[in-house]
Amino acid sequence: MPDSPAIAHEAANSAHAEHPSYLRHHFNSTEQQADASNFAMWLFLLTEVMFFGGLFTAYLVYRNWYYPAFVSGSHQLNVVWGTTNTLVLILSSFTMAMAVWCSETSRRRGLVLCLALTFILGLGFLGIKSIEYSEKIEKHHVPGAHYSLQSFLDPDSDAAARAAGDKPLQLDMARKTEIYFSLYFLMTGMHALHMVIGIGILGFMILRARAGAYTAGHVTFVENFGLYWHFIDIIWIYLFALLYLISRH
Amino acid sequence: MNHISPVIWQFLVKWMTNFALFPPEASKIAPQMDALYFFMVLVSLIGLTIVVLLITSFSILYNKKRHPVAVQIEGSTLLEATWTIIPLGLFLVMFVWGALIYFRVFTPPANAMNIYVVGKQWMWKVEHPGGQHEINALHVPTGRAVQLTLISQDVFHSFSIPAFRVKREAIPGRYTTVWFEATKTGTYHLFCTQYCGTNHSQMIGDVVVMTPEDYRKWLLSSTSGSSLAQNGERLFASLSCAACHNTRPDARGPSLANVYGAKLALSAGGTVIADDAYLREAILNPSQHITQGYAPIMPTYQGQISEEGVIALIEYIKNLDSDYRVQQTVNTTDLPPGSEGKTPAAKGSVSKGTVKP
Amino acid sequence: MSMQTIVSLPDQSTARIPKDNFITRENGLLSWLLTSDHKRIAILYLISLSFFFFIGGALAGLIRLELLTPQTDLMATDTYNKVFTMHGVIMVFFFLVPSVPATLGNFLIPMMIGAKDLALPKVNLLSWYLYMAGGLLALYTMAVGGVDTGWTFTTPLSTHYVNTNVLTTGLAVFVAGFSSILTGLNFIVTIHKMRAPGMTWFRLPLFIWAHYAASILMVLATPVVAIAIVLVMLERTFGIGVFDPAKGGDPLLFQHLFWFYSHPAVYIMILPGMGVISEVISTFSRKRIFGYTAVAFSSVAIAVFGFFVWAHHMFIMGISNYAVLVFSLLTMLVAVPSAIKIFNWTFTLYKGSITFETPMLYAFGFMGLFTIGGMTGVFLGSSGTDIHLTETYFIVAHFHFVMVGGMLMAFLAGIHFWWPKITGRMYPEKISQLAAVVTFIGFNFTFFPQFILGTLGMPRRYASYPPEFQVLNVFSTAGATILGVGYLLPVLYLVWSLKYGAIAGNNPWQATGLEWQTQSPPLTENFAVMPIMDHEAYDYAWLEGQQQTDEQQHCQLQEQQKDTEVTSAG
Repeated sequence: MPDSPAIAHEAANSAHAEHPSYLRHHFNSTEQQADASNFAMWLFLLTEVMFFGGLFTAYLVYRNWYYPAFVSGSHQLNVVWGTTNTLVLILSSFTMAMAVWCSETSRRRGLVLCLALTFILGLGFLGIKSIEYSEKIEKHHVPGAHYSLQSFLDPDSDAAARAAGDKPLQLDMARKTEIYFSLYFLMTGMHALHMVIGIGILGFMILRARAGAYTAGHVTFVENFGLYWHFIDIIWIYLFALLYLISRH
Repeated sequence: MNHISPVIWQFLVKWMTNFALFPPEASKIAPQMDALYFFMVLVSLIGLTIVVLLITSFSILYNKKRHPVAVQIEGSTLLEATWTIIPLGLFLVMFVWGALIYFRVFTPPANAMNIYVVGKQWMWKVEHPGGQHEINALHVPTGRAVQLTLISQDVFHSFSIPAFRVKREAIPGRYTTVWFEATKTGTYHLFCTQYCGTNHSQMIGDVVVMTPEDYRKWLLSSTSGSSLAQNGERLFASLSCAACHNTRPDARGPSLANVYGAKLALSAGGTVIADDAYLREAILNPSQHITQGYAPIMPTYQGQISEEGVIALIEYIKNLDSDYRVQQTVNTTDLPPGSEGKTPAAKGSVSKGTVKP
Repeated sequence: MSMQTIVSLPDQSTARIPKDNFITRENGLLSWLLTSDHKRIAILYLISLSFFFFIGGALAGLIRLELLTPQTDLMATDTYNKVFTMHGVIMVFFFLVPSVPATLGNFLIPMMIGAKDLALPKVNLLSWYLYMAGGLLALYTMAVGGVDTGWTFTTPLSTHYVNTNVLTTGLAVFVAGFSSILTGLNFIVTIHKMRAPGMTWFRLPLFIWAHYAASILMVLATPVVAIAIVLVMLERTFGIGVFDPAKGGDPLLFQHLFWFYSHPAVYIMILPGMGVISEVISTFSRKRIFGYTAVAFSSVAIAVFGFFVWAHHMFIMGISNYAVLVFSLLTMLVAVPSAIKIFNWTFTLYKGSITFETPMLYAFGFMGLFTIGGMTGVFLGSSGTDIHLTETYFIVAHFHFVMVGGMLMAFLAGIHFWWPKITGRMYPEKISQLAAVVTFIGFNFTFFPQFILGTLGMPRRYASYPPEFQVLNVFSTAGATILGVGYLLPVLYLVWSLKYGAIAGNNPWQATGLEWQTQSPPLTENFAVMPIMDHEAYDYAWLEGQQQTDEQQHCQLQEQQKDTEVTSAG
């Protein structure tokens, strides 16, 4: 059957009038487009699981081998800040879910509000994280050239270790705390990087939401971003449990 | 062979050695491994022949000129089953056979004599318990099981003796072992086969297999004067280990007499056999290896001893059967007891500590 | 070769490349660099991949030149180490992994399933830019002194013991990894969600099944090597200690993380090639692939099993004997689906109607060489023989047989097979058949001696070697020269064909896929009227019916023309 370009263009033109502006031309329908992009986001999150998985594997192995070092290291983290951050993120997941609902029910102002709240909560999380990181830097618990074993060899000199009732570690076990902190910074740092990217996209979304981009039927962007945001939240919950709550009484 | 002209025979031998397809078989395991290898070659050849024959014959019988109309065939469950099950069966045979050989290579017999190998960029340091040190060379006797205990000082290396068909990675931070029994005298290649930096291809040497008599002579002529155990004893003293590890009733650490090979209860729970790996870890990371009943006060020696130092300490501990100094080694040419059915030489030779079950 | 051919070209005196096609639709460099058309992106990939292939190939030439003599006399040992490292990095990450998926996969997947484009066209373009960024980083690394860790980045060598450009190389591989992940993601979504009406899973061409399986691997395995490389870069920069025994880290952890990706990576490389072979063998025997379901499922089986065998790269590294048992057993299992495919392809020839055009020659080469390569994999999967053969030239020969003798031949088969579809022109048959034969001969000369070298014990990555290995090395280098000629020829005649090749028409091979039922080169939107899949894959009966209908219509048109001529004349 000869492919006449004329037929092709005519077919395209007649179909043009019937579909919304956000339907990309390689899709047959908005349902197909939404379905495909949703599936793509779930797949992408699966790759993220594999990515973090490498770090979780390292954590599993080393925690198994150097448990006392991990306990002492974990006791150095501020569980108050950690819990606060967890609540902040869970709340932000709630506001994000509300945002998705607003988008689906075409509530433009509600959408902008919820996105803004999520944005602020996200920034709050990062703010608390930076407080925690600066504490770690001050105490020389950042792995590398300036790492200090003081808090682990002599827990009485350290408020956090005293509070947790830590016993002094032997030198060889104390050295292993550096691995704990490497994993701490790696895992929370990777998580924070994902937060930064998410917050950046949120900023973009707020601007577009104000212009009504997501309340005229095209909700997939908000929905898929919601998936991403919830995923980061879940990762944090695992990180909180694994990093902050080792042998806490 | 008399009826083959000596000229042709010489030519054949030269051709076979210069165009050898596999290395000389100089260990007990070598012919066993070669048997599996040749089985695999045979299976591969047959498989390849079948495939090539089928392709060729189908191409001839069914080319377009001869067979212009193709017959659409969906498939054949019987054929699928056949070429699933037969390859699977053959592969499983190779798996089992190979696993048997693998376990054989990495399960040393109890009477194996131990030689230590430390790999570093870019040389192999071989240490015999009697105090013979070699660089990029390994002398071994025929007819004796030899276990190599390997470790690296820096990066991954791999100790390979193609003629023996053995190879083992030398890893930084832990011991690996492999054993063999040499069967043919001669000099064979020693290679490092794990890429380790600039002079990886220079990290090669010779494995010299000698008759037991020649080996004894070599031991005598190559000794540095003190065995590894004696080196270890000196180190033990200089690091003040005896301050805690002695047989006094109020000793702060467990006595190390006869501890090698014994079953120890750890303070963290569980039991462990005090082998080379355990001893090394106990010296470098003591807090996880405290014997039950003792306080966790042993300091770590990480960074204070070289790998050779650790080996010397281990050899010392292996030979320790009392609180006192290791028997002076007068005659370092004796092979360890158990070889050739000879009873151990009288006082004055290195003796192994008793092994508790 | 028989003069018999299935090629059916339109009348060359009147045939023209269709005026409106994806190449002519828009003009200008930006229309290519900012395109979202999967076909244009495929061509962008083809050009950049070929570029990187020839750089990797030049590096291979240098290796073989050095190995002509036992001493290190052509270049310093450090330089040699950098050369084989970059050869590995470029060939693995910048040629083999993307080769068939990014070029043929990108071009054909939407067409084969009856879609207008991939599900995420802009992500597809991003994939190419990530690939280019990684590739440019790799080139930059070479320019500023290279890296000499081996493509496997073994720690602690790469983290503490070399002072070459590990960071830039690691970054290059990291970025290229994301290109791969996004491509795989795109393919999976497309194959799930964008099939034409009637295109059920078991009506998909086996090319699609193969890419689907490879995409699963791309998506799930690549992130693990990404994190492994991140850890190496951080260890190197900050000394965090995860792989450093002095700090309690374990260098073996890196091995596990690295090989968890790099073993599935080899299936990422070969599965798309197997997809190509299915299409080629079917077309040139005029038959449905024997055991379609078995071949489809074996692709998925390879992908699934491929995840569970990684430690067979670590048999002598001090992992426990029981781990060795498990991984050796699983390795034997993963070998079986490949064997199934070889036999199914062979029996596709049975009672077919076979012709020997260039793609078919490459396919035959693939089958022979992949059989050898695959069987030697079993030598290595059996833990006993692996002790002797690992880390020697046996390994080098094994993976070159499957990757070059297998994958690269499949790539060339595919390029030749779909060249008329992509460009609208036929390549010159005789010289291409010659190139295929030259490649096959050169390949065998180059790599077969390496099996013997490995058995003799010659280690890999050696710049100098004992003199008794020289003869075989000389053979190998001689073969490499021939192989080089075999690879150069296609570049020359394919470029030539762009201007002077015969006009191909829609379906010069009279093949059954949906991509052949439309013009060559295709329209930007692929099909003027979206197809409905109402027949099975490889349905030659349907194809005959189509051709008869076409002929009838053609005759009718001619009749009508004659009538109008008569009436207008009268």
